[in-house]
Amino acid sequence: MTEIGLGHYLTLGAVIFSIGVIGIFLNRKNIIVILMSIELILLAVNINLVAFSIYLGDLAGQVFTLFILTVAAAEAAIGLAIIVVYFRNSGTIRVEEIDKLKG
Amino acid sequence: MIAHAIFFYTFSIIAVVSAIMVTASKNTVHSVFFLILDFISISCLFIMIGAEFLGMIMLIVYVGAVAVLFLFVVMMLNVAQQKNQWFAGQATSKHIPVGLIISTLIFFEIIIVIGGWKYKPEIFDLNNSLANTSVSNTHSLGQILYTDYIHVFQISGMILLVAMIGAIVLTFRQRSGVKRQSYIKQISRERAEGVEVLEVQSNKGVKIDD
Repeated sequence: MTEIGLGHYLTLGAVIFSIGVIGIFLNRKNIIVILMSIELILLAVNINLVAFSIYLGDLAGQVFTLFILTVAAAEAAIGLAIIVVYFRNSGTIRVEEIDKLKG
Repeated sequence: MIAHAIFFYTFSIIAVVSAIMVTASKNTVHSVFFLILDFISISCLFIMIGAEFLGMIMLIVYVGAVAVLFLFVVMMLNVAQQKNQWFAGQATSKHIPVGLIISTLIFFEIIIVIGGWKYKPEIFDLNNSLANTSVSNTHSLGQILYTDYIHVFQISGMILLVAMIGAIVLTFRQRSGVKRQSYIKQISRERAEGVEVLEVQSNKGVKIDD
């Protein structure tokens, strides 16, 4: 219990990943919270990569985490821009009112 | 070792609780604040485990840039006005059990994978870019980032450029009724269309603007 190993970090990553997936599925508010859940999922992936990188002594995982960070920042910027444009056109970003594509 | 455990449990409990609050809180601004708390505690974990460069970068990129971006958009779109109840939609609430089942399935699958991985210790053999313990984490990361991974590094720069251009193009709009400066028109102006020399007769004056 007091010996913190790789499994603890991987379990933390799994918990945060699952919370992110639950956030996407159960969201009834607005799309911004869905984007935040996606950020949580990417964070969980980063935790896994860093934990493996430290415990295997291989720096490739941390380099990869850096690139995931880059892609996550780009994705947040584009997603928020799309949300702003959608709000300007339709006046709402509530999840249940976005049904233009009849999905 | 006991201090490591105490810090790990403190930060991970804060991270998990704030992750739950991100998805569960009614106010979107509160969600953004809990997201910031989550990133801060995870970056504390990174610094504690020995990846201090990534921890600092997480602080700078997420707390300094991405979270502020989220806050700006939340304030700009005025979502606090259209705040509504948790699980309000009656017709869409049939997604909730399906989502819960799928999420718990994903969680247990990952846990099973972690448990099964414990019994395959030979995965430890693959080490191609071993961490050099004599220099700091940032130093050794820089040594392989700009040599072995230089192409990926430049491609990620291109991704950021494309994202920046895309965000600008998406949100750009031409407003009517706004006087804008046109450099081409300014530069190509001739003397003949700006100045007119008139012969002014005495006691008559000149009529301008006709």
